[in-house]
Amino acid sequence: MRSFIKTFFLWELLQGLRVTLRAFFAPKFTVYYPEEKTPQSPRYRGLHALRRYANGQERCIACKLCEAVCPAAAITIESDVSADGTRRTTRYDIDLFKCIYCGFCEEACPVDAIVETRIHEYHMENRGENIMTKDKLLAMGERYEAMIAADKAADARYR
Amino acid sequence: MSEELVNIEVDGVPMKARKNAMVIQVTDASGVYVPRFCYHDKLSIAANCRMCLVEVEKAPKPLPACATPVAEGMKIFTKSPRAISAQKAAMEFLLINHPLDCPICDQGGECELQDLAMGFGRDVSRYAERKRVFKDENLGPLVSTDMTRCIHCTRCVRFGQEIAGIPVLGTIGRGEQTMISTFIEQSIDHELSANIIDLCPVGALNNKPYRYRARAWEMTQAPLVSPHDCVGTNLSAHVLRGRVMRIVPRANEAINESWIADRDRFSCEGFYSADRAVKPMIRHGGDWREVDWETALEAAARGLQQVVREAGPAQVGLLASPIASLEELALTAKIARALGTNNLDHRLRRVDFRDQANDPVAPMLGCAIAEIERAAGVLVVGSNLRKEVPLIAHRVRQGAVRRGAKVSFINPRSYDVRFPVAASLTSNGLGMAQHLAAVLAASLNAQGRPRPANLAAALEGVTPSAQHEAVAATLAAGDLRVILLGALAQHHAAYSELRALAAALADATGAQLGFLPEGGNAVGAALAGVLPHRAIGGRTVAAPGLNVVEMLAARLKAYVLVGGIEPADLVPSPAIDASLRGADCVVAITPYASEDVLASASVILPSAVFAETSGTWVNAEGRWQSVAGAAKPAGEARPAWKILRVLGNLLGFAGFEYVSSEEVRDELRRELDSYVGGVTAAAAFAAGRLAAMDVTREVTIYGVDAIVRRSAPLQATIDGRKGGAGGGGA
Repeated sequence: MRSFIKTFFLWELLQGLRVTLRAFFAPKFTVYYPEEKTPQSPRYRGLHALRRYANGQERCIACKLCEAVCPAAAITIESDVSADGTRRTTRYDIDLFKCIYCGFCEEACPVDAIVETRIHEYHMENRGENIMTKDKLLAMGERYEAMIAADKAADARYR
Repeated sequence: MSEELVNIEVDGVPMKARKNAMVIQVTDASGVYVPRFCYHDKLSIAANCRMCLVEVEKAPKPLPACATPVAEGMKIFTKSPRAISAQKAAMEFLLINHPLDCPICDQGGECELQDLAMGFGRDVSRYAERKRVFKDENLGPLVSTDMTRCIHCTRCVRFGQEIAGIPVLGTIGRGEQTMISTFIEQSIDHELSANIIDLCPVGALNNKPYRYRARAWEMTQAPLVSPHDCVGTNLSAHVLRGRVMRIVPRANEAINESWIADRDRFSCEGFYSADRAVKPMIRHGGDWREVDWETALEAAARGLQQVVREAGPAQVGLLASPIASLEELALTAKIARALGTNNLDHRLRRVDFRDQANDPVAPMLGCAIAEIERAAGVLVVGSNLRKEVPLIAHRVRQGAVRRGAKVSFINPRSYDVRFPVAASLTSNGLGMAQHLAAVLAASLNAQGRPRPANLAAALEGVTPSAQHEAVAATLAAGDLRVILLGALAQHHAAYSELRALAAALADATGAQLGFLPEGGNAVGAALAGVLPHRAIGGRTVAAPGLNVVEMLAARLKAYVLVGGIEPADLVPSPAIDASLRGADCVVAITPYASEDVLASASVILPSAVFAETSGTWVNAEGRWQSVAGAAKPAGEARPAWKILRVLGNLLGFAGFEYVSSEEVRDELRRELDSYVGGVTAAAAFAAGRLAAMDVTREVTIYGVDAIVRRSAPLQATIDGRKGGAGGGGA
């Protein structure tokens, strides 16, 4: 009897419409990407960069720990003695198709050379552009050094 | 050696040990690990790192396991709290002055200090003061130094004193300022010097050419056998992405113990030289054209067939390098015999072939390499031993220094051998052969034996001096006495006399006659029949062909060069260039397209170097060592046995359907099992009257073959600069 009345007065339908109505008048949280963006953690793991010291010297010492720790084998490094006798990379490639953005390379680096920036908007148009070469990585580092340094500083107290 | 046994107890396990053995030797033998830095089983005991401290019952303090002899009833605890705390304390002291630069240190990942610091080090250093720093020394082109990392184990110092015999490195200063130094600025240029790289437990002494190129954990290791001398040194190649990054020793007590010569270690620097042949090439007039393999091989086969058809097979000559693998040598011989020619040789630097019929089937040592150490008397005829065969020199030195073996030399001049020499007979106008004849005469006189008829002319008028009698006496007594004929004798213009005299001397004294041939596979080449007068296993050939000297003087119409033969490998003669450049068809199977090859060859078939091919090398003691190859051949180069196999197919010969190098080896082995010729070295050769001559070409240590000549670090050493890339010099 009761279920018959409920069916007759479309009770379930009204129940559903109540949710719709509530959502209709509730404040909206849609983000109008790309005009609007969600806030990011300083630990966000996006596109990679190789950093330099303030005096312009490359940080990377070609210890190959990032290459060893990389679970996706995305990093390829070749090293040699540089002109000033120090240990440097002659090749530092990250394959962005292989990379799983786990951040282990950043964790392994003893000199904070390889970092993952908060840049997550990038694309490739041609075959081969997925390889981040040493030049591209250093250029990233130079361009976003302020952001990287600020993120590192923000996260330092938790390390 | 005392074989008396005592009962001891290690960590509660009772065991028997040889009396007076050190505790660490007993624990090593029974698989109980005791950490150590300064102890090394081939070096004397220093006990200065203190890492191996263990607790011994009733001893007031922990004792160093490496310097504590075992005694009856001794109870040793290697893992008791007291032992562990002593080891941890030693580690903390060692780490006080060690820089924490593991990320840029080449030893990182294979460092004994790093490993033991994981086990015995503290998490955090309590040392906040300044660390001491040393200036690096320049030890030459082979060994790099970072002396700040040194932990003063003095393995390198003891190596210099005990193994090399040149105490170049020593300790100066005391306490914290103790420092390993060369005293005066100088390079280390002993031919075994780079072994200190392996001995150094930390990154203080490292491989200079390999510096910063790769990490220990990313390379794969593959076994190799050195082709550069007749020892057959066991090597391991460390390979990264198909390229050999470095070569390290592979321990083999019977051959090289744990040492290798610098020549074996750094020859890999010559693999990827600028003139490496990476594509098959055909000459078109004066130009070279890169072609595919099929075209090149067909051109080679066509060229050879044309010469055989038009001028006959006697117009084809084949030369194979004694550093080539056994399979390559066997296939070269097979192709030569199938072509119908006996113009085939591997004895590239020999000049005297008068007596080749009496040569031994293979130029073997006659005893095991390890046995040389136990010889009571050694007579070395015509060999700059240290530079020709560094590891045989090491064995001879160990015998002389540790067991008092009497070692004498008959050489064109006196060489610095770094051990006590019983007698050094330099030729000073007499000639090596006359010295040898005098020793033989002295030996025969002492025993009252008649002079052999075939040597009557050579021994005529020879009166031995007191020195010759002394040398004869060193060979008279003892279990094992050895007469070694080195490369200087084998390249001598009177080699036939030298060999006949040495054989007679061996016969008279009961000594063993041994040969030290050049190249890692000279024995293999002789067994495979790469000779004009003998086929596989010393079978006699009906009509002997031309030997290497005759071949190059005869201006044949076609030549096949196997294994990277260059003019520097041959006896210098103006005829070489004329013959090779004037020939209609020169097929060069070579890893290197050098100027000389480009000027003379008509087809270049790029072959793999020894690290890139599977193959077998037969060393001077007759040991067959097969390896599978380590690296990928450079460019389009192919293993030479495959090239020869396909060449055999294209020439239309039967029996070239091998699919692996093992098949070639096994076939040769079967042939050898069925027959090995019985020519003895003592066979009669009618030696003529001896003239006072000493015409012999000395090949420098880093000029022996094409690979070594291209190794820039080796050429930059003092020995390398002396000889130059030409490898010549009288």
